Amino acid sequence: MRLNIIVLAKQVPDTRCVGQATMRADGTIDREALPVIINPDDMKALEQALRLKELHPESTIQVLTMGPSRAADVVRESLFRGADGGYLLSDNAFRGADTLATSYALATAIGKMGEYDIILCGRQTIDGETAQVGSQVAERLGIPQVTYAEEILHVREGHLTLKRHIDGGTEIVEVPLPLLVTVDSSAASCRPRHAKLLMTHKHTDIMAWNATDIKADITQCGIVGSPTRVKDIETIVPTKKESRVIGSSDEEIENLMVELFG
Amino acid sequence: MNNLFVYIELQEANRVAEVSLELLTKGRSLSHELGCQLEAVAIGTGLDDIAQQVMPYGVDVLHLFDGAELYPYTTLPHAAILTKLFEEEQPQIVLLGATAIGRDLGPRVSSALRTGLTADCTALAIGNYTDEKTGKNYERILLQMLPSFGSNVVATIVNPEHRPQMATVREGVMQKEMVDAHHQGKVIRHEVKDYVTDTDFAIKVIECHIEHAKHNLKDASVVVAGGYGVGSRENFDLLFDLAKELHGEVGATRAAVDAGFVGHDRMIGQTGITVRPKLYIACGISGQIQHTIGMQESAIIVSINTDPSAPINAIADYVIIGRMEEVVPKMIKHYAQLLHR
Repeated sequence: MRLNIIVLAKQVPDTRCVGQATMRADGTIDREALPVIINPDDMKALEQALRLKELHPESTIQVLTMGPSRAADVVRESLFRGADGGYLLSDNAFRGADTLATSYALATAIGKMGEYDIILCGRQTIDGETAQVGSQVAERLGIPQVTYAEEILHVREGHLTLKRHIDGGTEIVEVPLPLLVTVDSSAASCRPRHAKLLMTHKHTDIMAWNATDIKADITQCGIVGSPTRVKDIETIVPTKKESRVIGSSDEEIENLMVELFG
Repeated sequence: MNNLFVYIELQEANRVAEVSLELLTKGRSLSHELGCQLEAVAIGTGLDDIAQQVMPYGVDVLHLFDGAELYPYTTLPHAAILTKLFEEEQPQIVLLGATAIGRDLGPRVSSALRTGLTADCTALAIGNYTDEKTGKNYERILLQMLPSFGSNVVATIVNPEHRPQMATVREGVMQKEMVDAHHQGKVIRHEVKDYVTDTDFAIKVIECHIEHAKHNLKDASVVVAGGYGVGSRENFDLLFDLAKELHGEVGATRAAVDAGFVGHDRMIGQTGITVRPKLYIACGISGQIQHTIGMQESAIIVSINTDPSAPINAIADYVIIGRMEEVVPKMIKHYAQLLHR
């Protein structure tokens, strides 16, 4: 069986590296100062795709990412791990997009990529954490979605079976192809780069598409196509309580416990 | 028309989830402020008991979609029903729980309606907004507040031009409050087949495995929480020891969960559980807003930290400067002594 698999992946600032050096004087984060990585859940989506390809070796994996030119690394890193190709969607017209405008651009690009059976992406990104784009792409394409997937179990007779997380447990669902799957952070981690593939693809050019290439309706892209606006951003100064500072000596801890529970 | 709608999530086939009651309470006050009605939508199988559960929260109109295969939840039929119902009813605001279901359903519906959706709000209010570019004023729209990633800022998001204004809200963030145990609103039973097609039932749930909660962190009166500063799984055992002694539960920050010190189900904060215990003991927690948003309403906060300038100390009643490996065993020892006095 030959499956056409598309993986959606995003380059994000590594929010785990937030520290003194990346803080501005006003207490906000200097995003530019953070290193960039591929969104961790998206890497897990790539791993699920690679496993499917191992089961069905004739399958192809295409990666689609959107961002500035440096985001081409997302596709390249995927090639190093066994993806077959990919595209970078990059245009000033896409800037400032909320999830609705982002999903419009991605779905439009997917339309240009051709036939697909399975679209995989991470459940959410670490910079936005909305977990919305996957569902919205599926809606745009008019295909079923399965969110919070932990493991793809098998593909048989035009149906995919997978295990997914729900509140308080897990369930196993069966869905007809084509479909979109968002992969949960509980899924298996992505394999490391393959040394041979790294050599092969080190200098591979990544195909870049702009808004015209995918025939996007500019009024639905970027900030123009985004229903939501940021009204204001407020720095929170934690409400100062009358804190009592104490040391860690036996006596001080004993007094505290008497005060709390005595 | 143009009312405020709340999607009623079902926990078991016919029991309304806590988060939905919390949203009805918030929705009631917002709709009062707007002078519109509060409407609720429940979708499932065998919904006769739903009205009596939601009406005391002041629901003016309850929409019921009762049919086979609508429980357990699957995306497509629920999304199809909400999309068509909202096209007919033209709500101005739609609220959903930021649960596994709400976060699956919300974006599908908002995309179909080509409107905005703000995820994981921690506060909602009615207010005005001026678009700086066009100078256009929007009065009495939904202000959707949420902490922005990785830093101590709160962003207010608005959706000025598109309707409905949609938001998801975490369980436990809003407080539920009945308005009238005898309140009776209107109940509308819809024909399910007018809203769904056969292809909407493409997803089959083959097996469902619900684990009983291993802990009762949400309702614990004492919470002992650890951050990245706890340093290891072994040191987290100390927190479990203290929690056991105090008849409390153990919680954690995202950083501690990501580091693998403790399970994801114990995460407190914006994308985890919200707690309001009588006593909150924060060990090795720096106090990022994503965490404090989930515990700041604790009655008494004790912070144990080696860093005197950790942000959490500013909201703590007691700040113990020291290493948790030393302090926690002393707390256990002195609490035990106190009991035997």
